[in-house]
Amino acid sequence: MTEYEHVTEDVEALVEDRDIPRRLKLRIYDTIEEREGVSPAQADEIAQAVEARYLDTRVDPLDPVGTVSAQSIGEPGTQMTMNTFHYAGVAEIDVTQGLPRLIELVDARKTPDTPMMTVYLEGEYATERERAHEVVWSMEATKILALGDVSTNVADMVVQIDLNEDTLMERWPTVDNVDTVAQEIAETIEDALGVKTRRSGTVVEFGPEAPSYRRLLQLVEELRDIVFKGIEDITRVVIRKEENDETGDEEFVLYTEGSAFGDVLPIEGVDASRTTSNNIHEIHRNLGIEAAREAIINETMNTLREQGLDDVNVRHLMLVADIMTNRGEIESIGRHGISGSKDSVLARAAFEVTVNHLLDAAIHGEEDDLDGVIENVIVGKPIAIGTGDVDLRMGSIEASADDETDAAAPEPSDD
Amino acid sequence: MQTPKEIGAIQFGLMDPETYRDMSATKVITADTYDDDGYPIDMGLMDPRLGVIDPGLQCRTCGSHSGSCNGHFGHIELAAPVIHVGFTKLIRRLLRSTCRECGRLSLTDEESEEFRDGLTRTEELGEDWTDVLKSAVRQARKANNCPHCGAPQHDIKHEKPTTYYEVQDVLAGDYSERIASAMQPDEDDEDDAGMAPSTLADQTGIELQRVNQILSGEFRPVGDDRKKLEKALDVDLTEEDMNKLMPSDIRDWFEDIPNEDIVTLGIDPNRARPEWMILTVLPVPPVTARPSITLDNGQRSEDDLTHKLVDIIRINQRFMENREAGAPQLIIEDLWELLQYHVTTFIDNEISGTPPARHRSGRPLKTLSQRLKGKEGRFRGSLSGKRVNFSARTVISPDPTLSLNEVGVPERVAREMTQTMNVTERNLERAQQYVRNGPEGHPGANYVKRPDGRRLKVTEKNCEELADKVEPAWEVNRHLIDGDIVIFNRQPSLHRMSIMAHEVVVMPYKTFRLNTVVCPPYNADFDGDEMNMHALQTEEARAEARVLMRVQEQILSPRFGQNIIGAIQDHISGTYLLTNGNPHFSETQALDLLRATSIDTLPEPAGEEEDGRPYWTGRQLFSELLPDDLNLEFSSSTGDDVVIRDGQLVEGTIDEDAVGAFGGEVVDTLAKVYSKTRSRVFINEVASLAMRAIMHFGFSIGIDDESIPEEANEQVDEAIQSAYDRVQELIEIYEAGELESLPGRTVDETLEMKIMQQLGKARDSAGEIADDHFTDENPAVVMARSGARGSMLNLTQMAGCVGQQAVRGERINRGYEGRTLSHYQREDLSAEAHGFVENSYRGGLTPREFFFHAMGGREGLVDTAVRTSKSGYLQRRLINALSELEAQYDGTVRDTSGTIVQFEFGEDGTSPVKVSSNEKDGIDVENIADRVMDAEFTSDEEKERFLGRREPPTNLSEYAGPGLDKAQSTEVESDD
Repeated sequence: MTEYEHVTEDVEALVEDRDIPRRLKLRIYDTIEEREGVSPAQADEIAQAVEARYLDTRVDPLDPVGTVSAQSIGEPGTQMTMNTFHYAGVAEIDVTQGLPRLIELVDARKTPDTPMMTVYLEGEYATERERAHEVVWSMEATKILALGDVSTNVADMVVQIDLNEDTLMERWPTVDNVDTVAQEIAETIEDALGVKTRRSGTVVEFGPEAPSYRRLLQLVEELRDIVFKGIEDITRVVIRKEENDETGDEEFVLYTEGSAFGDVLPIEGVDASRTTSNNIHEIHRNLGIEAAREAIINETMNTLREQGLDDVNVRHLMLVADIMTNRGEIESIGRHGISGSKDSVLARAAFEVTVNHLLDAAIHGEEDDLDGVIENVIVGKPIAIGTGDVDLRMGSIEASADDETDAAAPEPSDD
Repeated sequence: MQTPKEIGAIQFGLMDPETYRDMSATKVITADTYDDDGYPIDMGLMDPRLGVIDPGLQCRTCGSHSGSCNGHFGHIELAAPVIHVGFTKLIRRLLRSTCRECGRLSLTDEESEEFRDGLTRTEELGEDWTDVLKSAVRQARKANNCPHCGAPQHDIKHEKPTTYYEVQDVLAGDYSERIASAMQPDEDDEDDAGMAPSTLADQTGIELQRVNQILSGEFRPVGDDRKKLEKALDVDLTEEDMNKLMPSDIRDWFEDIPNEDIVTLGIDPNRARPEWMILTVLPVPPVTARPSITLDNGQRSEDDLTHKLVDIIRINQRFMENREAGAPQLIIEDLWELLQYHVTTFIDNEISGTPPARHRSGRPLKTLSQRLKGKEGRFRGSLSGKRVNFSARTVISPDPTLSLNEVGVPERVAREMTQTMNVTERNLERAQQYVRNGPEGHPGANYVKRPDGRRLKVTEKNCEELADKVEPAWEVNRHLIDGDIVIFNRQPSLHRMSIMAHEVVVMPYKTFRLNTVVCPPYNADFDGDEMNMHALQTEEARAEARVLMRVQEQILSPRFGQNIIGAIQDHISGTYLLTNGNPHFSETQALDLLRATSIDTLPEPAGEEEDGRPYWTGRQLFSELLPDDLNLEFSSSTGDDVVIRDGQLVEGTIDEDAVGAFGGEVVDTLAKVYSKTRSRVFINEVASLAMRAIMHFGFSIGIDDESIPEEANEQVDEAIQSAYDRVQELIEIYEAGELESLPGRTVDETLEMKIMQQLGKARDSAGEIADDHFTDENPAVVMARSGARGSMLNLTQMAGCVGQQAVRGERINRGYEGRTLSHYQREDLSAEAHGFVENSYRGGLTPREFFFHAMGGREGLVDTAVRTSKSGYLQRRLINALSELEAQYDGTVRDTSGTIVQFEFGEDGTSPVKVSSNEKDGIDVENIADRVMDAEFTSDEEKERFLGRREPPTNLSEYAGPGLDKAQSTEVESDD
């Protein structure tokens, strides 16, 4: 072989013949290389022993992996805390943790209790604080109270906004002129409230067309809700310096309170390949179902890790994520999702809302073929999983052996 | 009708009233059950043709006796049709979407076609078709006129639960007044001068004369005229006319709906006709489904369903009589409604808006729906969860002399639980002996079965006689004996290790006995826990239990892929004492330590004491339990590196990380690399050795073990005092308004966080001070270090300072306005006013501290209570959703209908049982290569096995089979 000096063609042929995955074969070659070559017989024995070990570590056919996975996730649930608010790495942002978060995930809620995003940056945005802040300001929803003082003059029926010059310069780092920013703000107000504004420098004034005390107060209320810059759903952004897992370099990472995944990805400076949200539906919408599956796995794993239960094997989480995304969209686990859409009437009736399922089944003339587990428990038949899935056919060995001598090779049987 | 042998499929559908009558055993007309002599009344609710419940009687329909007769349905001919409550929504939908004249669906043929296609498509995709149905109904409802016959359609109003009205907009009676008032000028608005009749005539295009007629109420403006007037005056001239639809009307209406049209609405015409949703005949459930109970005083108590049926028949009878007598319509309607009510509550007694039918005592009746619903209902309570025979439950207690595969079964339980023994020539004598011992003696027998199928009870009187009759081909139900396999379970059964198979050891007294090492998988302790045992009844079940379910097969947990069974608590303290510092033992001591294990010879002594006597070390003795070729290196929880070379513990302390449950390295390696049997033997022997060791050294804990010297106490007080000072400083800064808030936090939050931080530090330093004053021999320290029980935090709280009490993750802030207790000033931010406990448990808490501590403790209790129910439901949902998934021979994961969920389990097909979560795969290629190259195999057989050409020997019992088991050390014990 080209890469390996000491792996002869005979050895390679013997190793390649074994029923083991590539990664293990490569490790065998590495070992042989390290030992500066072995005899083909030894290589074969090594490969055989590895194969035996490998086959031993594989899941047994007919293993009820579903139930095992469900138990492996459900059982640690009893050890989790109910405390909703706790800190996830970033002390500044509260995130739902523990059992409530786990329930939220398998429920596939449309919006999580505490939406948040982890936004990674690319290029100089990740290394320079100034540039990172540019991204922050284009994400964080900026409301009027953050920009200056608002005062209501009842006598003149005007609302006066005294914009803070420094804040403007900070939040609009790409614009050099305060006037431009103030003008922009004034225009936003005009568009949003439908009033005329008067501006002198950084002071913006406006009032109701006809003098009305109520209208004036209403305008102030409305003014507070206007988003001048950034994304409405993102209420707060926290910037942190972290070590990049892959490169080991330091970089700036943004954590947001509130989530608007689709709006954040196109922002300049955002590294869309690493940025994530804890809203699995947003990920599904923007990146597709495979990404959503990955997000479910990561989110559940993080939830477990936060509780010190990260010894749960990822494979269990993968199975849960896979069944939730199996139909190409996110289905919840429970009555409104997977359990409610089962083929079997009896299985659905045995889970929840028993009577309605039976009545509907009657109307639609459904037929239960008794394939699943729960149905067969109900009717008292063996279930087709594990040892119940094996059919043992008994017959004379001699008779079938006679038949087979005629044929050159034994025919594979039908089952 | 014949009972099927095996159910192939179950069809659901509605039943034709004619079929009801056909299958009915009798018509029921009498609202009474039994006559004065206690005999069931003919054509009454307990008619003997409906089945038998009293033993000894014969069924008048099928001729079989109680127990073998399932019962037979009867029927009640309803005087007038009534609506089935379960289908009220569907009835409403049908009324709204079909024509009142011709019964056709109010959709054009093309639309129908489209919805039908949509329906089949969603069904093929296995998706929910209710959305398609709803949009079809919505579309049909829009039609004002029937697209087929052109008849105008009216809106349907549904008054829950079972009343329907046809709503028509008709001209209001006071139309002229309404028009006139609309023409009056608006008093508030000066600009409005009202409208003159002539203007109105101009605007609407109605002649002035006609307008005047309308205004005087002589002419009724209908149709276009009305609409024009309404538009011009901006007034509503209609009122709703409600026409009640009687169930008989609805039934007639539905009869006209053609089969093709209901398919569009998702109804299968082969199984259900819409008119069948209106009941004309009511089936009477067989008496077996509503047995009456005879109370102690001889009074009969009837089932809830019977009570309800009595009501129905009574009203039905009255209805018929009244109608025949020609009673006024009003009375008939009232009775009709009453009949509807009774039939409704017969089906479902929890309909909202309807008062539930009650028993005389005021308890709501449990009718049909209530029988099916919920946790104790038919589905979840009786069909998914079944009651079984051959089960036992009692308190558990520990017995370290048992193997982990065994369970001590009280003799009394063993005498009840039996195993069927097929008598052959080979076991004839034993079988006879069992029968001879009778039901009271242990190992005896309770029943015998002759080849002709007759079962005989073995009694004290007939046992001798019966024993002689026993021959091959008989069956003997003998008592449980040592070595039988049983299933053992502790609830809640959260994972598969909650149900495991054990081998029986029959014992005196009344508790189940367990080896303490199986406590972690069951999550059991001995503070009064009870467990269940099930004796297996078929050979297949026993074989499966032995091969798959025995405790030793469950040593590795599939959750994290490491051992869940291993040494716990005192075992760990024991091995710690034995190996930490490597103490010396004399020959007698060494032999005493090993005497509970299978090791019967001592190794070469490690050296000689000064006086010339040989000594053995703790590590040496521990090494005796290890396989000779074990090589391992890891770091222990005590903190030192453990090195095992060629089966000898060279250095390091054996503690939780080595032999403990939940991933003890040695146990884990033995289970994965060697065999389950080897690891079972190891765990048993480690436990025995550790118990001997801990007894050798002596181990106890008392209150004095947590006390620290006076100077240490002073240091702790100092540390706490300085923390108080720092907190005071923070408060002063805060009150001066100079506290800088952390990003994203308010100043108040920042202050709280900083105070919490300071107080946390105070407790930690108190802990450190306390820790410095504990010796390494302190039993609490030994337990915490070795991982046996407790933590350094526990010790800190006992000896140093309990620390901050928290509710909802914050300092305690609740109570009175501005303060936690009336002992403090308002707005006191100090540590002690918000639940900081500066004393230690050993020193004792002040009353106020105690109160705060109780607050924190209460939160914990509430948390646990809430959590168990929430996580229980989560678990149930997860299992229900995933229960059908199974790994296939091709490595894919599919559900029982064949849908592929994963192409390879966990992306690489690796079993979570055999590979722990933190490693990639469990294969050490280097090590394998080493072994092959060095070729250090003692025999060809071993090498064959290593290469996987030969299966390792299987062990099926503690008593038999290859491997290290009881068979090696003792004779196979005789069965009696």
